[in-house]
Amino acid sequence: MIQMKNVYKKYPNGIVALNGLTVGIEQGEFVYVVGPSGAGKSTFIKMMYREERPTSGQMLINGVDLATLKNKKVPLLRRQIGVVFQDFKLLPRLNVYENVAFALEVIEETPEKIRKRVMEVLELVGLKHKARMFPTELSGGEQQRVSIARSIVNKPKVVIADEPTGNLDPETSWDIMDLFEQINATGTTILMATHNREVVNNRRHRVIAIEGGLIVRDVAGGDYGYEG
Amino acid sequence: MKARTLTRHFRESLKSLGRNSWMTFASVSAVTVTLLLVGVFVLIMMNLNKVADDLENDVEIKTFVSLEADDARIEEIQKTIQSMPGVESVTFSTKEQELTDLVLDFGDELSLFQQSNPLFDVFYIKASEPQKTQEVATEIAKIENIEDVKYGEGKIEKLFNVLNTGRNVGLVLILALLFTAMFLISNTIRITIVARRHEIEIMKLVGATNWFVRIPFILEGMWLGLLGSIIPIALVSTLYYKVTDFAKPKLSGEMIQLLDLTPFIYQVSVLILVMGVFIGIWGSFMSIRKFLRV
Repeated sequence: MIQMKNVYKKYPNGIVALNGLTVGIEQGEFVYVVGPSGAGKSTFIKMMYREERPTSGQMLINGVDLATLKNKKVPLLRRQIGVVFQDFKLLPRLNVYENVAFALEVIEETPEKIRKRVMEVLELVGLKHKARMFPTELSGGEQQRVSIARSIVNKPKVVIADEPTGNLDPETSWDIMDLFEQINATGTTILMATHNREVVNNRRHRVIAIEGGLIVRDVAGGDYGYEG
Repeated sequence: MKARTLTRHFRESLKSLGRNSWMTFASVSAVTVTLLLVGVFVLIMMNLNKVADDLENDVEIKTFVSLEADDARIEEIQKTIQSMPGVESVTFSTKEQELTDLVLDFGDELSLFQQSNPLFDVFYIKASEPQKTQEVATEIAKIENIEDVKYGEGKIEKLFNVLNTGRNVGLVLILALLFTAMFLISNTIRITIVARRHEIEIMKLVGATNWFVRIPFILEGMWLGLLGSIIPIALVSTLYYKVTDFAKPKLSGEMIQLLDLTPFIYQVSVLILVMGVFIGIWGSFMSIRKFLRV
């Protein structure tokens, strides 16, 4: 479902982040993206939801070429993709329910459907009882659950997670990983950039290692492979 | 866009005013101060303009008819003048009427001239455009049996010059003030939007279209402009009410008049309101542009 072919990305300041990267990811896969800082991991992730555009090469998601996708169509692409961030990116002035409902309001869903679907995903992430609370009243793990709920409320085919456990303590990280595996079990593709060696080594999935803008290792069920 | 979404945008824009109450206060104050300045300035300029018009319209050409012209000839001359291009109106006044006017103005001692009236029969002519007075006067002077033509040569040219300069300066000042207002207000709104760029980013990341993000902000700008124009409208209206109340009796019968309270004050109010709303919308629109590129 994700096909990248010779993707090359050069930033205006001259830095080459991706240097002719080629990879294919199938529907339903769970993929870790690992690698040292500055290796092109973030660019790789950002390209998935078209925050960055390839300088050259082909990049297909569900058959849509992101390299040539018009700006106007970007919102439509993003509605098929859930994104989870290290810093959660919740709207501080909205409560849990509103934060999740937001992703559905944007696509002009009917209020009845919004209510039903939001309660459904809040139940899934175990926060139904905290629907009326605000992000600042929640722990880091709970906030990340809300942001995961928001990312899947649209029923996307793929969820992109950029260091989702980066700000969480180990114990909470396991709960979050459980949640991702649960989502993956329903057939959703998960693409997760991470620095968390424990997680990668204990929950074995396909590992893609990026260094110098290229894939240096691509092993199904591989380990983290870096020290520290 | 669905009607429900528009309702949502309205609700959001109003909520946002309350949530960002300090920013709302700052923006509304900026709008209030600038619109107040613009409002007072418009009052002054429009009245100066009115005074200038009054002065201009008061200019007339006094044409003296030579004594040898008989009644038939006088009628002929009147017709000639009336048919000339650029002439608005012609009034005839006999030398007897002229003397009566003089006596009224300067006192009874002039009445002894009634035995032998030294004055001429006179035409008073108004040019359709005050600026053309000179041209019309030159043409009239060419007519036969016209003794002399007087229109305040030299003086009215100067007056017209002063009035024109005054108008242009006023226009430039109003435009400059408006420009400053736009700049000031869009900057204040920009600050409120910068504080919320995170929100915009998230909206874009969950798949909101640019218009979905933009409309609540634009509506918010509209409310800011609307709120900001209330005080200026109230103050300017009260001010002008007081001014006309004070000045009208004093100016009654004078050739210079202030603009009437109505409909002038309604026009100024609408102007302030429209400007406030326009500035608010424009300010939001311009400020949000660069944050939409996520």
